[in-house]
Amino acid sequence: MNRAANKNKVFDHKDLLSIDELSAEDIMTVLNYAKMFEEVNERTIKKVPALRGKTVCNLFLEPSTRTRGSFELAEKRLSCDTVNAGGSASSTVKGESLVDTIKTLDSMKVDMFIVRHKYAGTPYIVSQHTNAAVIDAGDGKHQHPTQALLDLYTIWKKKGSFDGLKVGIVGDIVHSRVCGSLVPALAKLGAEVTLIAPATMLPACPEVLGAAHVTANLDEALPDLDVVYMLRIQMERLEEAPFPSLREYHLLYGLTKEREPLMKQDAIICHPGPINRGVELDSYMADGSHSVITDQVFSGVCVRMALIYLLLGGANDEISA
Amino acid sequence: MKYLLKGVRAVDPAIGLDVQRDIVIEDGVIAQVEASIAPTEDMIVLEREGCVAIPGLVDVHVHLRDPGFEYKEAIETGTAAAAHGGFTDICSMANTNPVTDEAAIIDYVIDKANEAGHCTVHPAGACTKGLAGESLAEMGDMVAHGAAAFTDDGRGIQDAGMMRRVMDYAKMFDKVIMSHCQDDGLVGKGQVNEGPVSTKLGLAGWPAAGEEVQIQRDIVLSELTGCPIHIQHLTTAHGLDLVRDGKARGVAVTCEATPHHLVLCDEDITTTYDTNLKMNPPLRSKADNAALIEAVKDGTVDVIATDHAPHAAFEKEREFELAPFGITGLETSLGIVNTYLVEAGHIDLNRMVELMCINPRKILRIEQVTLEPGSTADITVFDPAAKWTVEADGMYSKSQNSPFIGFELIGKPTDVFCKGKLTLEDGVVTA
Repeated sequence: MNRAANKNKVFDHKDLLSIDELSAEDIMTVLNYAKMFEEVNERTIKKVPALRGKTVCNLFLEPSTRTRGSFELAEKRLSCDTVNAGGSASSTVKGESLVDTIKTLDSMKVDMFIVRHKYAGTPYIVSQHTNAAVIDAGDGKHQHPTQALLDLYTIWKKKGSFDGLKVGIVGDIVHSRVCGSLVPALAKLGAEVTLIAPATMLPACPEVLGAAHVTANLDEALPDLDVVYMLRIQMERLEEAPFPSLREYHLLYGLTKEREPLMKQDAIICHPGPINRGVELDSYMADGSHSVITDQVFSGVCVRMALIYLLLGGANDEISA
Repeated sequence: MKYLLKGVRAVDPAIGLDVQRDIVIEDGVIAQVEASIAPTEDMIVLEREGCVAIPGLVDVHVHLRDPGFEYKEAIETGTAAAAHGGFTDICSMANTNPVTDEAAIIDYVIDKANEAGHCTVHPAGACTKGLAGESLAEMGDMVAHGAAAFTDDGRGIQDAGMMRRVMDYAKMFDKVIMSHCQDDGLVGKGQVNEGPVSTKLGLAGWPAAGEEVQIQRDIVLSELTGCPIHIQHLTTAHGLDLVRDGKARGVAVTCEATPHHLVLCDEDITTTYDTNLKMNPPLRSKADNAALIEAVKDGTVDVIATDHAPHAAFEKEREFELAPFGITGLETSLGIVNTYLVEAGHIDLNRMVELMCINPRKILRIEQVTLEPGSTADITVFDPAAKWTVEADGMYSKSQNSPFIGFELIGKPTDVFCKGKLTLEDGVVTA
C-alpha cells in the first residue's frame, strides 16, 4: 500500500504502532507539544480549530472507558470530526474479519484510526490496509504507547528530567501492555527501571524490554525509587492464580500507609487505572500527597492532542484560539 | 509404458550406489540399471544429465485436510503438491472431520488418493477416539484397512495412563505411535517460543519444557511397553538430548525435524506479526536451529518431515493470536534441505536419502524400495543445481501459507515415478 509520508518535519512519522518507533528526541517533541496543548485544556473554551475537516475513527474492538474518552476529547478539542466503531454492536461481532472492517471504514475516507484490540499486532494489520494514520491505543499484551507517553509527561512535569531517575514498576508485568511501552521508553530516556513482581507475574525475558533490575521484594526496592508505578491487578485473570489470594498480594505488594515511611519523601505514585482500592494501593496512598494518578488522566488528553496534531500534520506550530 | 531415465547420478546408500546410471522403468518396477543403456523404440526417453535419482521421497507428516476441510486442501490437491515436491509416498494425519479414527475413513483416504493417482498415501489413524485422549480408537480394524501408523497429531495425549494404554495396545500391530508432544498445562494458549520474542511482542509463551516433558514421558513409556515411539516435529536442543539418551539405552525411539524448524527461528517473528511464521510447535531459538542441524548430522534425527499444514488465506490473514497454527511444506522441502543442509555442507546426498527416503519407510513399515532391478519403481529425480525462487503462484497445494515464499533455493524435483507411473515430468505434475 502506498504510504504517504508525514510532511511535518519536527515529527516525521505516519503512525504510532509501537513506542519503539520513537527516538528520545521524538518523545520529547510530543511532550513539548503536550505542554502547549495543556494550556488549551485550561481555557474556558477548550477547543482549537487546528484539525478542522480531519476525520478520526475510534476503532475500539475491546471495551475501554478512559482511553477512549481521553482520545475522543482530544480529537474534539482539535476540531476533528469523529466516528466511533467497534464495541458490542460492531460488525466484528457479526463475524466480519478485522481486515474487512478496516477496508470498509477506510472506504469512508477517514484520516486517522485509533485502534484498541485485545490481540497483539492489530494496529500493524490496520496500517497495512489503509493510508490513514494509525495510533495504537493498546494491542493485547504488546504495547500501549499513548499510555507510556502520558506517564512520561506526568513524570517529566514532576521530576523535570529522566536522566538517572529510578522508576519501579510493581505488579502484573507479564500481562501489561503498559510495561511493553513504558519500560523501553524510560530506558531510552535514561531512567533506570526496576520491575517488582513475583516470578509468576514476570515475562520470560524482562531485560529485553529494557529493565535494569528485577526483584520480588518491594520493601527492599522502595527506598531507592523516585517513581513507584503500581499496575492494576486484573481481577478477571485471577483464575490463572499467579498468587494465592488478594490478601497475600496486598501483604507482599500492596502500597500501603505502613509502607509510606520506606519511600523517598518526593517519590511519586503512578497508576494507569482503574485502581483496585485495597489491593495494589490502599486509599490513603491512592489519594495521598505522593499520588499523581489524576494528573496522569489530565496528561492523557494533552498528550493525545499533541500526538494527533503531530501525526495529522497540523498547519503550523501555532496553536491559535 | 517403458521409460529410460538417462544420465542421472543414482544415489542409494542402501545398496552403496553413487554413480552415473541409465535406468529403465517398466510395468511398475525398475527393469535395468546400467552405466549406459541404448534407447529402443518402445521407450520414452528422459534425458536427465546433471540430475540426481534417488529412491522416492517420503513425508511421514502431512495434513491432507480431507475429509472435512477441503477448502484448505483436498486429497487431489495435497497429493499433487506432494508429487510436485518430489514425493512418492506420504503419511496423512488423522485430524480430519470426521476424525480418521475408524476404518471407513482410512478407506476413504486411500480410495481418494488412488483416484487422484499423484502419490501413495499411507493414512495414520488416530490413537484415541475423536482425538479426545480418552478412549482407544479401533486400531486393529484400521490396520486391516491400511493404517500405517497411529497418532493424535495436533494435540498431545495429556494423560500418561492413556498414553500407556495406547502403546500397550498398539504394540501387537507392529505400528509406530507418532507423538505430538505438548503438555497443555505448560503450553496453555502459548503462541510463540517463550523467551525474548514472546516478551517483546506481548504474546503468550510456548515453553520448550511444554514439549520436553512429554518427550521424556513417551520415551519412558516406550521403555515400559516396548512399543516403538516416534517423536514428531522435535524442536528443542534439550528434547534432542532426551532422544539421544533414549537411543543410547536401546529404546525404540525415533524423531523427525521439519525444514522450517531447521532453518527459521523465533527472531524471524517481528512486529509485523507474520502469521505464516506461526506453527505448532513454534519456531525456537537460533541455538535450537544449530542443535537440530547437529542432530541431523549425528543421527539423532531420523527423518525430515514437513508437517504440511495448509490453511486458507482468510484464516491466516488476521490477528496473530487468532490465526491457526501451521504452514505448508511439501513443495519446498527438498529445496530447503538441499540448500540449507547439503549445499551448506552439513550433510551429503547419501545422508539426505537416509533422512527423506530410507528412514521414513522404516518408520511407516512400508516397502523399502531401492535403485536396483526388480525394485518397485518409486524414484525421485531432482536437479541439484537448479536455482529457483519460491512463489505462491507455482504451487499445487490449495493453500499458500508458506514462510518460504520469496526464498531463493537450490535444487528442484524434476521427475517422479510412483510405482512406475510418471507423476511429475520436467517439474510439471501429470494429470
